[in-house]
Amino acid sequence: MKNKVIFFLISSFFIFIFFIFYKGLNQSNLYQPKSKVKNVPQFSIITFYEQKEIHSKNIFNQNKYYLLNIWASWCMPCRDEHPMLLNLSNNFEIEIIGMNYKDNFKNAKKFLDELGNPYTKILVDKDGTRSIELGAIGVPESFLIYKNDIVRKFIGPLNIEMIKEIEKIIQ
Amino acid sequence: MIYSEIGYYSLVIGLTISLPIFFFSIKNFRDNKILDYKIINFSFIQLLLVLTSFLGLVLSFIYSDFSNETVFNNSHTTKPLFYKISGTWGNHEGSLLLWLLVLNLFIFFFLITSKNLWKNYRILTVLFHQLIIIGFFIFLLDSSNPFNYIFPVPKEGLGLNPILQDPALAIHPPVLYLGYVGSSIIFSSVLAATSLNYVSKIWALHIKKWVLISWVFLTLGILLGSIWAYYELGWGGFWFWDPVENISLMPWLALTTLFHCILVLEKRSTLTSWVIILSITTFTLSMCGTFLVRSGILNSVHTFANDPERGLFILTFLFILIFISLFVFFVFHKTDKKSLISFSLVSKETSILINNWFMMYFLSVVLIGTIYPIFLDVISSEKISVGPPFYHKLMIPFLVPFLIFMAIGPQLRWIKSRLRGKIYLITLFIISISASFFVVKNLSYNFLINTVLIGSALYLFFVTIRDFFSKEFKNISQNLSHFGFSLLILSILFNNLFSNEIITNLKVGERFNNEKFQIVFKNLEKSEEKNYVTFKGYFTILESGKEDNLVPELRVYNQPNIVTSEADIKTSLLNDKFITMNTVQNEEYFNIRYQVKPLMIWIWISVLLISFGGILSLFNRNRV
Amino acid sequence: MRIFRFLFVLFLMCNSNFAIADDNKMQNKIAKNLRCLICQGQSVYDSDSEFAISVKLVIQNKLSEGLTEEQIYELLIKKYGDWISYNPKFRGNTYFLWLLPLLIFLFGGAIIFRKVIRIEK
Repeated sequence: MKNKVIFFLISSFFIFIFFIFYKGLNQSNLYQPKSKVKNVPQFSIITFYEQKEIHSKNIFNQNKYYLLNIWASWCMPCRDEHPMLLNLSNNFEIEIIGMNYKDNFKNAKKFLDELGNPYTKILVDKDGTRSIELGAIGVPESFLIYKNDIVRKFIGPLNIEMIKEIEKIIQ
Repeated sequence: MIYSEIGYYSLVIGLTISLPIFFFSIKNFRDNKILDYKIINFSFIQLLLVLTSFLGLVLSFIYSDFSNETVFNNSHTTKPLFYKISGTWGNHEGSLLLWLLVLNLFIFFFLITSKNLWKNYRILTVLFHQLIIIGFFIFLLDSSNPFNYIFPVPKEGLGLNPILQDPALAIHPPVLYLGYVGSSIIFSSVLAATSLNYVSKIWALHIKKWVLISWVFLTLGILLGSIWAYYELGWGGFWFWDPVENISLMPWLALTTLFHCILVLEKRSTLTSWVIILSITTFTLSMCGTFLVRSGILNSVHTFANDPERGLFILTFLFILIFISLFVFFVFHKTDKKSLISFSLVSKETSILINNWFMMYFLSVVLIGTIYPIFLDVISSEKISVGPPFYHKLMIPFLVPFLIFMAIGPQLRWIKSRLRGKIYLITLFIISISASFFVVKNLSYNFLINTVLIGSALYLFFVTIRDFFSKEFKNISQNLSHFGFSLLILSILFNNLFSNEIITNLKVGERFNNEKFQIVFKNLEKSEEKNYVTFKGYFTILESGKEDNLVPELRVYNQPNIVTSEADIKTSLLNDKFITMNTVQNEEYFNIRYQVKPLMIWIWISVLLISFGGILSLFNRNRV
Repeated sequence: MRIFRFLFVLFLMCNSNFAIADDNKMQNKIAKNLRCLICQGQSVYDSDSEFAISVKLVIQNKLSEGLTEEQIYELLIKKYGDWISYNPKFRGNTYFLWLLPLLIFLFGGAIIFRKVIRIEK
């Protein structure tokens, strides 16, 4: 009798484990970290062309949407998303701010001269620490910002669905 | 082409051989005669067929037959022959085939070495083992066929991941599998013995060999993996508490526990239930490891196949085996009266029980730390990481009493022992603690925990050394393994405490200075090898008047296109000098990491000593 | 009984923080306890990816700004979630993670205690 109870308990324990593993199998193990950064953090940063120091709270403070795009000339997917950014900046009421990630000036400038410049302002994140402040994990990465609030975050290159989503939010 | 065909069909025929084995086993089980030779013959045929199949795959790799999907995915014509061969088991399909081969090999050896044992027990072991073998056959043929055909035949393969192109890693999987699969024999045998109520002294004596064999292989397999991680991953660490490493550690812990426990069964015919549970656990953990690794459910540095369908198969198979063993245990196992015997407080039995207690605790820490994140993710979709701090916090405090018991335990006798006349145990304890205090204090690491840890490890060290010279005490294999363990803990502790490290960015021609070292980046040379281009950095390290030249490399492999960083290590008995270089994005600088790691080689030596102790006791018939 | 008291003290010590004077050692220690988010199971310390290099720099900066070890973990957990820390916090969902092994230890101890003591009576 006692044995039967133990047998039953152990069996249900293993069935429970089986069930958990089974569910775990069907979950993707690609994980995008959940950032708790809701507002644009405070940091000062150098601008690309003027080489002037500027504070983050003065960049995104107007009553409109901003798209902060982290890019680098050495990053291949950045090249792919670039035309979409140009398109977005030409056709919509949005200010696209670039953040040049761990790049050198010459290459970055060449990149913009070649492919066009969708950015109204470019910031320079020479050592990558500002991206960490933002909770970014690499390039490319984009943040939709409204009045210093981060509305939406896009990890990896932007695609057509993401652009559509941005357009929808803006309108 | 032809080799793949041969391989595939011998695999199919191999599966059908299980039928006659089943038939003759069941027939033979009922009649009263000795073991039917047909069972052994058919087992041998099955072994030959799997071997043929395996050789077929090896030959496909050697001849770079890209009509075979496995070869196409994992090989390349420019790869050196040695890595073409090791590529056979460097992938999911091939490694499973190897697993099957070892399964067959072991049951065959089991059959020919167990002649003196009861016929029915042998037959039942074969039957249980056939269940595992059939499971693997079906798994191979169904969802992981190593002989899939691709048409049109590609001209070139995709190549083997360059970090796997390494001599230590080439032999690491086979050695580890011998360990894992060895536990399958223990599993089938314990199920057979339980069903027949045969868990006894004779059985313990017989199964102990198999436990030792798989334990030795598992130890060596883990060692090889660690050595590989040490120099190839370029981190300078050798154990990362990575899930995949944990998975090989868990069966090891279970096997070690089982081995100690079987000694009690052998000498005192008690603890049968515990031995049975441990044997089942060991194999379950090996299988569970295979499942976790092969299904891609874990987030680890070692990525393998990531295919939920395969994962589901292993998962189902694993749980079928678990339920079979639960069934066998609860239906057939009778707790005999001897289990009511209790042990005297001061005796070898009790100290082995204490060993079991701590080992099970360590095992539970590793197990829970490894699978808890999966559970949490499924139940509350919250992601957490469990890493070194968790394991260290939970294990290190328990290591201290563990080491002390490990020193005292072997000094005790079976049944009842006295502590009288063992004053040396206390003397040595005082000596070790003061020695350790001296070491730690002298070097301004004023941590009590380090004093206590080093002290207890030193204690084990001294006690085992004393035993080497003691006359009354002749269990050399146990002594050697315990001595090896104390050396291992000591080396790891000293290695952690006294490591030195410098991370800096340097250009060719530049130098780095601090009060202890001077690092000069003299030169960078490019040269072309068979399947990669290498950039060699020439460094000179000046340390207290001594000069060392080290040459780390950056390799750009062409197939697949991957950059690897090869460390250069100068090993001496005292310390390892370890240097790696890496590119820095968009700069002409290189990231240089230079480490001095004391007593590194002793970590490897001590693990070798531990396993050598195991080997010795295999050949020592009288005592263990 | 003395053994248990001994264990308890040791355990407390392991969990308290030791002041390490050397900033560099501290930086490495923190980096070792953080997961490199874009790598496969490597720590920030072990990785040479761009992300890891930046995080190491951030740790260095924050240390020189005078933040403590705990504050730096907090900061990074806020930015990247619990996933980044190899040292799971003792709260809510992780009570089991930390306590289960200890419970198993106590349970095992009780069994052995019974086995050994029975005859002494």
